[in-house]
Amino acid sequence: MTVKTLSRTAILALGTAILAPTAHAEGDLYIYSWGEYTPPDLVDKFEAEFDVDIHIDTYDSMETMVAKLRAGAGGYDIIVPGDGTMQILIAEDMVEKINVFAMPNFAHVDERWREVYWDPKREYSAPWAWGSTAFVVDTDVVQGEYDTLAVLFDPADAVKGKINMLRDLNDVINMALRYLDLPRCNDNPEDMKKVLALLQTQKEWVKSFDSETKEPLVSGEAAVSMSWNGYAMRARDEKPSLTYVYPKEGFTGWMDNLAVPKGAQNIENAKAFINFVMAPENAAMITNYARYSNGIKGSDAFVDPDLAAAPEMTPPADVPAPEFIPVCSPESIELYDRIWTKLMN
Amino acid sequence: MAFLDRRNKDIRNLPGFGTTAGLAVLFLYAPIAFLALYSFNAGWSISQLEGFSLRWYKAVFANEGIQNAALNSLTVAIIASSIATVLATAAAMATVRLRFRGKEVAYGLINFPLMVPEIVTAIATLIFFAAIGFRLGLMTVIVAHIVFCIPFAYLPIRARLASMDAGLEQAARDLFARPFVAFRRITLPILMPGIVSGWLLAFIISLDDFIISAMVAGPGATTLPVHIYSMLRLGITPEVNAVSSLMILASTLLVLISAVLSRKTKT
Amino acid sequence: MKAPPDTGLAALLLSPALLIIAVFMVVPIGITTLYSFLEPARFGGVIWEYSPEAYIRLLFERDIFDDTLSFSTDYLRIFLRSLMQAGVATLLCLIIGIPTAWFIATRPDRQKTLWLMLVTVPYWVNLLVRTIAMLLILRDEGPVNETLQLIGLTAGPLPLSYNNFAVGLGLVYSFLPFMILPLYAAIERFDFSLLEAAYDLHANRWKAFVGVVLPILRPGVVAGSLLVFIPGIGAFLAPDILGGGKTMMIGNLIGQQFQGSRNWPFGAALSTVLLSLTLIALFWSARRAAKSGAQVL
Repeated sequence: MTVKTLSRTAILALGTAILAPTAHAEGDLYIYSWGEYTPPDLVDKFEAEFDVDIHIDTYDSMETMVAKLRAGAGGYDIIVPGDGTMQILIAEDMVEKINVFAMPNFAHVDERWREVYWDPKREYSAPWAWGSTAFVVDTDVVQGEYDTLAVLFDPADAVKGKINMLRDLNDVINMALRYLDLPRCNDNPEDMKKVLALLQTQKEWVKSFDSETKEPLVSGEAAVSMSWNGYAMRARDEKPSLTYVYPKEGFTGWMDNLAVPKGAQNIENAKAFINFVMAPENAAMITNYARYSNGIKGSDAFVDPDLAAAPEMTPPADVPAPEFIPVCSPESIELYDRIWTKLMN
Repeated sequence: MAFLDRRNKDIRNLPGFGTTAGLAVLFLYAPIAFLALYSFNAGWSISQLEGFSLRWYKAVFANEGIQNAALNSLTVAIIASSIATVLATAAAMATVRLRFRGKEVAYGLINFPLMVPEIVTAIATLIFFAAIGFRLGLMTVIVAHIVFCIPFAYLPIRARLASMDAGLEQAARDLFARPFVAFRRITLPILMPGIVSGWLLAFIISLDDFIISAMVAGPGATTLPVHIYSMLRLGITPEVNAVSSLMILASTLLVLISAVLSRKTKT
Repeated sequence: MKAPPDTGLAALLLSPALLIIAVFMVVPIGITTLYSFLEPARFGGVIWEYSPEAYIRLLFERDIFDDTLSFSTDYLRIFLRSLMQAGVATLLCLIIGIPTAWFIATRPDRQKTLWLMLVTVPYWVNLLVRTIAMLLILRDEGPVNETLQLIGLTAGPLPLSYNNFAVGLGLVYSFLPFMILPLYAAIERFDFSLLEAAYDLHANRWKAFVGVVLPILRPGVVAGSLLVFIPGIGAFLAPDILGGGKTMMIGNLIGQQFQGSRNWPFGAALSTVLLSLTLIALFWSARRAAKSGAQVL
């Protein structure tokens, strides 16, 4: 692989140097990802080094991407699934086994991202970016201790009516389960009844269920809001009194991964791209552009200093580890769905 | 004549109608003005001004993905709405002017795409395309759009035909030997307001569609709405405002050009 | 029985539209209707085993412990709410649309097209973006509320966002041209001498309006109402964004089944029920209109 890639790169580089710079690239690579998630400089660098044209298409949700792959319609070489989706894709035999663990740059992958629940041996996927789902408080409004989910579920008077929750049933219900100290992916109806009661009480004080969390926080419409860490950082840029909180009860972590869907046409280019992204200086481009942490050791040296130091990116040592939640059982998914429907009625 | 004209005007200009139209337009443009304002924001927010800047327009002009998406959207919308309008015009002529059995079934079928929630249409179409081996690309998007555009084009044309007196067309058919000439000389001009309305509705519904496009687009066929929705994960920036404002600018230019052209042909 | 005289020509004119809809819409939807009678697969999609569960679930809640069924109004309420919201939005669109379309239709020829463009140009911007802009205008810290407070009309912010009012407004905003344009198509180049004559006859503007204008308006009202009401039932953006995601409409519920909850059969069942109800209503109103003599088809 290495030798092949290297020699190929050398020949191609030589070729490009001799030929006109407008010469048509030798290969193609079709990436299917979230919008504005793939750094343009990363694309340019890979295109130049490997003489491959990268084409990017974007999806709005994991479900759209999975539905297309399931229907057997694709044409993409690289997809960027989240951890739960990765678990599904492997279970349903929808991704190529590309032995990421054996790639040369796999040595750069941080140990904590090597044995992960969604791909225990890293046979199918490489880390792209990871983050967390917790909440943001406006410290101008919220007084006293705020590193607890009680800020959201047992709010002070100043916060009542100024709470925004994510419009995502899994994130909201999992957060409620944590506050009640009950297991996630819960399929016990008695437990879920408690969750519903808690959420129904809380709904009186909730302003909105909106996944665009930055605008309500910055405008002051919301004093507390569930949030992804990336949104939280942008919000703090605009309003310094906003603080991303890692609650002591715990919080959800997530990771997006690179994988190759079954039947990809340009599988060698895809593998080359995945190996390329695991190099620290290249992974750093992801962080600089999308403002989420990558999973590569040594990339911090290439990351903008203020990003590398941001508390949203690097949880302090004294907070709980992020909890990565596998796909729940059908029973618990149905219960979640019923609870959510009742809450929204 | 002058006397009649004045009375005519009296009935045409019913009190409050002009005001309602003005307020309706104001209502339609308020969000547009708001989002256009923030396309010039120096900061990252779409609701807090931090100063004037053209950075988001520069971002759009540097962003190949968003440009391709806008181009795809316009291509699909123009082709799909035009084909749908032709099919809908023929269908409307048949259902309003002709006598045949099974008219209700035809009417129900034409309006069928209107009645299925978009997400279901999207998944059903995706499964169907995959089953018949129709390779996903821009073509699949166009076909899917033609289908759901048909009722949007059909209903205004049908309304037009139904409100017009059939006698005129009958007279024309007697006047001109060939039915096609009668259609072109008399029926088509009468139908025009319906056709224009139908085409415009089909065009904007196609330009706006996101769920169906997201499901049936193949590589290279991402449309602008799909691109915008896919940005939600990372957060919407004023870049979306900038590209939206550019779309408004493009449409306004188109309107102005067509206004100038029609003036030239008329004088 | 002999076929009515125009059958051949009708078939020729109708077949392109009907064929493309039959092949690319009715057949695919037939597949999803089939799906509604199957078992959900764990990660989305279906298992090919018959199950009426999706339809039972519409009205009954199955107890997790002893499998007994109890009546549940959860989904009925979502259906009713969607019908109500879409109905109110259609009515509002009519109230705004009729005068607006009338006004446009009575402009000089050259201005007419300009007005039509004026009404549709905002729809070159994606609905999501417009809906978000609408929310930012209406919210507590938005320009409307700030202006009202600045000029002293209200002491605090009016509750314009995150409620049913905002959802209704959002629906009107989403669909207004779909009412105005068909109405315009029906009214345009209406023979005003007819109205003139009626005016002389009845000597009452209102009576003249009802007697002469309403029959002309009716096809436009029918077309516009179909284009606003039916898509309005399935709308999901207005409740999500302007409603603050606090109450569901049927579009949100169906979306949820195909997304996070991954229960395709239930989503397909909801859609099948919605489709059947709409089709029945359409046929019923067409039949009734045919009997009463008014031309709807």
